[in-house]
Amino acid sequence: MLNRQGRPTTPANDATAVHKTFTGNRALQQIEPLIFEIGSTDQTGVDIDAPAPHHKKLGGLERKNPIGLPGLSEPETMRHYVRLSQKNYGIDSGLFPLGSCTMKHNPRLNEKMARLPGFSDVHPLQPQSTVQGALELMDTLAHWLVTLTGMDAVAMSPKAGAHGELCGLMAIKAAIIARGEEATRKVVLVPDSAHGTNPATAALIHFEVRSVPVREDGTVDPKVVAELAGPDTAAIMLTNPNTCGLFEKDVVAIADAVHKAGGYFYADGANFNAIVGKARPGDLGVDAMHINLHKTFSTPHGGGGPGSGPVVLSERLAPFAPVPFIRKTEEGLQLVEDEAEATKHGAHPFGRMTAFHGQMGMYVRALSYMLSHGADGLKQASEDAVLNANYVRAGLADLMSLPFGNKPCMHEVLFDDTWLKDTGVSTLDFAKAMIDEGYHPMTMYFPLVVHGAMLIEPTESESRASLDLFIATLRDLAIAAKRGDTERFTGAPYHAPMRRLDETRAARSPVLKWTPPLPILEAAE
Amino acid sequence: MRYLPLSADDRSDMLARVGVDHIDKLFADIPRDKLLDKVLPLPLSKGELEVERMLSKMAARNKAASSGPFFVGAGAYKHHVPATVDHLIQRSEFLTSYTPYQPEIAQGTLQYLFEFQTQVAALTGMDVANASMYDGSTGTGEAVLMAHRITKRNKAVLSGGLHPHYGDVVRTLSEMSNAEVVTLKPDLRAKEDLIAAIDDQTSCVVVQSPDVFGTLRDLKPIADACHAKGALLIAVFTEVVSLGLVTSPGEQGADIVVGEGQSIGNALNFGGPYVGLFATKTQYVRNMPGRLCGETVDAEGKRGFVLTLSTREQHIRREKATSNICTNSGLCTLAFTIHMTLLGEKGLRSLAEVNHANAVMLADKLAKLPHVEVVNEQFFNEISIRLKGDATKIVDRLAHHGIMAGVPAARLFPDQGLDDVLIIANTEVNTDEDRDALVAALKEAM
Repeated sequence: MLNRQGRPTTPANDATAVHKTFTGNRALQQIEPLIFEIGSTDQTGVDIDAPAPHHKKLGGLERKNPIGLPGLSEPETMRHYVRLSQKNYGIDSGLFPLGSCTMKHNPRLNEKMARLPGFSDVHPLQPQSTVQGALELMDTLAHWLVTLTGMDAVAMSPKAGAHGELCGLMAIKAAIIARGEEATRKVVLVPDSAHGTNPATAALIHFEVRSVPVREDGTVDPKVVAELAGPDTAAIMLTNPNTCGLFEKDVVAIADAVHKAGGYFYADGANFNAIVGKARPGDLGVDAMHINLHKTFSTPHGGGGPGSGPVVLSERLAPFAPVPFIRKTEEGLQLVEDEAEATKHGAHPFGRMTAFHGQMGMYVRALSYMLSHGADGLKQASEDAVLNANYVRAGLADLMSLPFGNKPCMHEVLFDDTWLKDTGVSTLDFAKAMIDEGYHPMTMYFPLVVHGAMLIEPTESESRASLDLFIATLRDLAIAAKRGDTERFTGAPYHAPMRRLDETRAARSPVLKWTPPLPILEAAE
Repeated sequence: MRYLPLSADDRSDMLARVGVDHIDKLFADIPRDKLLDKVLPLPLSKGELEVERMLSKMAARNKAASSGPFFVGAGAYKHHVPATVDHLIQRSEFLTSYTPYQPEIAQGTLQYLFEFQTQVAALTGMDVANASMYDGSTGTGEAVLMAHRITKRNKAVLSGGLHPHYGDVVRTLSEMSNAEVVTLKPDLRAKEDLIAAIDDQTSCVVVQSPDVFGTLRDLKPIADACHAKGALLIAVFTEVVSLGLVTSPGEQGADIVVGEGQSIGNALNFGGPYVGLFATKTQYVRNMPGRLCGETVDAEGKRGFVLTLSTREQHIRREKATSNICTNSGLCTLAFTIHMTLLGEKGLRSLAEVNHANAVMLADKLAKLPHVEVVNEQFFNEISIRLKGDATKIVDRLAHHGIMAGVPAARLFPDQGLDDVLIIANTEVNTDEDRDALVAALKEAM
């Protein structure tokens, strides 16, 4: 069909046929070489004036050999990284149901606030009188965190969740040392469903890890904890809500059992987003808990970081918090930076987690998120997150298998792969087919306590329409898998920027950086 | 609430679909007496304008580095970052993506990590670099643990020129894991005898260059001494721009190189987030902490990238992992890579030369002041001076007049007899006028 200008308005009949392009590009998806293949060491995208004449004072240490760093002009740089960005899936691209990771909307107001020169352009070692607003921001965020968790204090400086775990366990170890029990209290109890960081953190500071088996309903049995805990127990590390998407309903009894044995209760706060404003860890017997500002309070995941993991502490552990910390004085807020100074104020810091004062850029974003939501909005966000996960559960329960039965979950719903039995389709295949349908896959094969785990966390950021489409898509896929449409899965993804990548090959003979190709003659030998 | 798409009707319809009549039925596993029955005593939700007002007010109480002559360094540095960098890192697909565990839809992140690793390996003169650590200080802690794993010894020797926060991180980690640390006294004039401190129990020696007082250290003799005793040399830097002008630690014999990458691409941010650079030799790669990105092919044979060697990592190895680390500095890493791509070798060298030239000019001017002694014989862009009076008081007084003179050494080393020492950084952002203003103000203050 032609319009009045004679231009065709419908595709020609053969438009669906796949033609290989000459370039290898596919419209918006462009092949993009590495900067080392397109740049040169003589090219630069910045103009820097020549230095004034001076005598170098580098001793004999001036660099003599070339570095091998290619440069690109500004337009080339822009195009290179824009093209790379187009090969990525982000929260803004579509539903990102990655369980345990909380891929919620990242408000851009937070980005704008973090870039105010009063926050982004201040140095950590400026005179404290010139950064009172920054200290006020940290103090305000700390107030929100202790109020939301019902705890006594917060150590702000840990740089990420696992770093927060380390901080919490160090505070526990310091408390045990202060009690004179470091020779005997060496065991940390870790449920099988825990994140891998929990046992890794405990081992890092020479605690022994003792596994706690998870009972049939996916939660931890306080009787088992009571049996495993004793005079050798330093702590339990419990994630609540746990990684099966369930609230540990016996959490109070578990806390009591550990406390009775003389140990401490470390809570992994990765899933705190399910219960903000609904329950306070401080009321549940928690002694220490890290909070992932990049999960619960929406600071962007940024392709793997930076995170931020402040740790809230109970009254018993608060004195051991690391430096730095803020104290209120008559002249204003004071950042206490060294241990001798801290001791003067009655604290017994176990040491220091990091240079300077922590992830200020993340603090600004998290506080911006909290102020926007308010106490009421944060509670609503938790409720919506839980409702959305249950809505997904209800929409898929008849087709996919729920390892712990079809009962309410928290902010994420866990399926296993029982329902895929004899289909020839694995959890991995199913995940890759979701990519073709325009979704980021859920978390796969975690937690380890169920077979072929699929952990779906839609978050509160999804509309009902978005969830309906997601459920319908997963239903279509599930039916296709059961019908024997195996190739749709085993070869997937077909439509992503790349087909399935060979991870075994990458690990067998690691290529971890670009190296210049051999000259042709040499290569031919 | 503008971030929550569900309407009241949606909520009640969805609850019905789920089969409960009240939202709290979904929270039924929380013990009844622990379920909060009212909203916590914190402010209620606010519109964007109001939040912006509140935070802007706090921001206005801080003095930004660009608002006057600024010479504060000692581990974090004020540099100019091209506008392109901040624009690109705010692309949604970079900003709102996760760790690239699904490589088919994360090649953007993976490819820049591969570029980053290659850039860092080249800069440090090492075989291989990881996809970054939280920052330079935590990276140094991890480097020491790695050296212990490799040498099967557990004593670290720390130079007195190491940034004391870095030292504190190492000491804290060591104390908690029953490892030994020998820390040399703050070494204002780089006269310490590190080699004498190495014995056959020593796993590693940690040396920073330029050191915290700004002095460039010759690492080669220390590397040789370490190797003769079966120990490793961990070379640390806090100012990555120096590597544009100074012989790389790898060429000087370092076994592990770790440092702070903030200067390239990243703002001061009051101390974080920053980006830790971490590099080593090929033979140690399986002992390395942190994420690694590697090259591979897809099902059609096309080159692509994946996270690799994850059998070192916590999500696979749990308590047997090389580290508990589960993040890198993602977006800060991207900022580093983009800025470094814009610079290229040519730009980085020019940048480094300007930094050095500015510092030399300032040192010359300061040396002419009565009662001032520049302590460094060789330096990059940072120097330390001894002056007449208490450096902390002088810095506070100058700050009052809009000049950020530097970091009083006593802030980093309290009670160590360094009250009259001031650490002064000088980068490309400092002009002749800035330097003259600093010199005049110091003269008047003493």
